[in-house]
Amino acid sequence: MDKIKSESVKKKFKLKDGQEVNNNGAVSNEIEVLNGVDLSIRNGEFLVVVGPSGCGKSVLLDIIAGLTNSTSGSVYLDGKKVEGTNIKTGYVFQQYALFPWRNALSNIEFGLEAQNVPREERTKIAKKLLSLFGLSDFWDRFPYQLSGGMQQRVAIARALATNPEVLLMDEPFAALDAQTREILQNELLRIWEGTRTTVVFVTHSIDEAVFLADRVAVMTARPGIIKQLIEIDLPRPRDGNIRSSPEFADNRHKVWNLLKGEVIKAQKDWELASVYAR
Amino acid sequence: MLGEIFGSKDEFKLRFIEIDSITKNLKKIRERSHGLWLVFAFFAVWEALPRLGIIDPIFLPTFSETIITLINLAMSGKLFVHIWASLQRSMIGFVLAVLVAVPLGFLMGWYNSFERYTDLFVQSLRNTSTFALLPIFLLFLGLGEASKIAIVFYGATWHLLINTISGVKNVDPIYIKAAKSMGISDKDLFRKIILPASTPSIVSGARLGAKTALLVVIAAEMIGAKSGLGYFVQNAQFNFMIPEMFAGILTLSILGLILNYLLVWIEKKATYWKGDIDQAILG
Ligand SMILES: Nc1ncnc2c1ncn2[C@@H]1O[C@H](COP(=O)(O)OP(=O)(O)OP(=O)(O)O)[C@@H](O)[C@H]1O
Ligand SMILES: [Mg+2]
Repeated sequence: MDKIKSESVKKKFKLKDGQEVNNNGAVSNEIEVLNGVDLSIRNGEFLVVVGPSGCGKSVLLDIIAGLTNSTSGSVYLDGKKVEGTNIKTGYVFQQYALFPWRNALSNIEFGLEAQNVPREERTKIAKKLLSLFGLSDFWDRFPYQLSGGMQQRVAIARALATNPEVLLMDEPFAALDAQTREILQNELLRIWEGTRTTVVFVTHSIDEAVFLADRVAVMTARPGIIKQLIEIDLPRPRDGNIRSSPEFADNRHKVWNLLKGEVIKAQKDWELASVYAR
Repeated sequence: MLGEIFGSKDEFKLRFIEIDSITKNLKKIRERSHGLWLVFAFFAVWEALPRLGIIDPIFLPTFSETIITLINLAMSGKLFVHIWASLQRSMIGFVLAVLVAVPLGFLMGWYNSFERYTDLFVQSLRNTSTFALLPIFLLFLGLGEASKIAIVFYGATWHLLINTISGVKNVDPIYIKAAKSMGISDKDLFRKIILPASTPSIVSGARLGAKTALLVVIAAEMIGAKSGLGYFVQNAQFNFMIPEMFAGILTLSILGLILNYLLVWIEKKATYWKGDIDQAILG
């Protein structure tokens, strides 16, 4: 059975008074962000979502997480309609969203605290995750004392602490340098291969998408829908060497060819927007 | 415990930090001592002006005479009675302000509708000078403790209220989203997110409020009281006990200075999890 099923999910935002937006020529006070997203995600699958900036990827994740309501259509998790947040779902945000008043350890413990897990057990789980991410020595550091890569590791560890069945990751590595990024991609795959959590991962990097994904979902420019799903038929377990294989390049091409037109469309949209702003 | 926390790898680092903090403290003391020169110079000029007859010593006693008067007042215990009276009033008023303004600020910050109804009223009160209201307080509450405590309460409330409201309003929604995604209950959302996230703003409001409390109590005591430093200074001036007056003013300065450092220290402790800008810039 599908782990997650999205059925013609639409989302509109009402803008503030005086703000307007051009939806295909029609000026309106509402912005159409998602225009009927249909998507089935298999249990244990690593699905990567790509799409031009502003096409509604973060909004889609918010809807799957139950943090935002869709305007119409529904999302189902294990066949049950998503209404409100769910402890089965972990979320790693585009901004790391670590709590600055908590150190690394107690940031990771947060979700367990919310579920009233006893203290010793909480700490045990959090310490295990810290060591899994090579951060054992940094357990007592506050977010401002950690590098970007470390913060992102803590954020991932925090989402994993409650042992979610679904892990939503919104451009988790976007702000990192290329080397750290590759290291974390490998770490993530290693962990995922152990847990087989269902992952929905958003990225702008086609390399990252192809390297991580079982399938890549390409979204259209806003208002976003799923344009196409591409199976990435690279063998697992994968390591960095796979990036230089011809199969990798083939998959890359496939994704880029689908995405290219949408990115250009999105850019036109922005040009149009700036014409209106003038 | 420490040994367990810091693996051997970090031991070196810990030592280094220790030494580092010692040198930093020395540096700090040296930097502070730079500031002392100007204070000394000020005292020297103060000493010199009446001595050289530039200012009539009847109106401005020398610094040394003022200090001697101050010491005598302290020895006789008279000064402390007044210090205590002022501190007590300002502390009671301040604590009452915290108890009222912080919960109220949370309500006003969290429930938009609540703020909509109260904002105009609050703004009108807030923008009326506390000092202008002093006579009213004295008129209704008399010369006893109640009027002084009430005016301190009133004066300290606004900083606390405004900072609590803005603290709550400015909690980054991403923290709330993150907490919700981890299934936090409403009660815990307040306790574990809203409260800590707004603490820096509330604490800095408390710092301003405490300062205001001291300022206001002195002014109130000057107008209507039988004890307290404000009364003491005013009374000394009235009876032409000029050295006593200056000793009283000096006491106020010292008290203000101590309070300021205390408050800064408390603020730092309460927001220990925030990066120290000082450290970030000066390294
Ligand atoms: N709360 C909101 N109110 C109004 N418009 C919103 C809101 N949230 C998102 N939007 C709009 O919805 C669209 C999609 O936003 P979203 O954050 O999902 O984009 P994205 O695909 O994640 O982009 P990026 O890749 O840049 O992160 C954008 O045009 C954005 O302006
Ligand atoms: Mg996004």
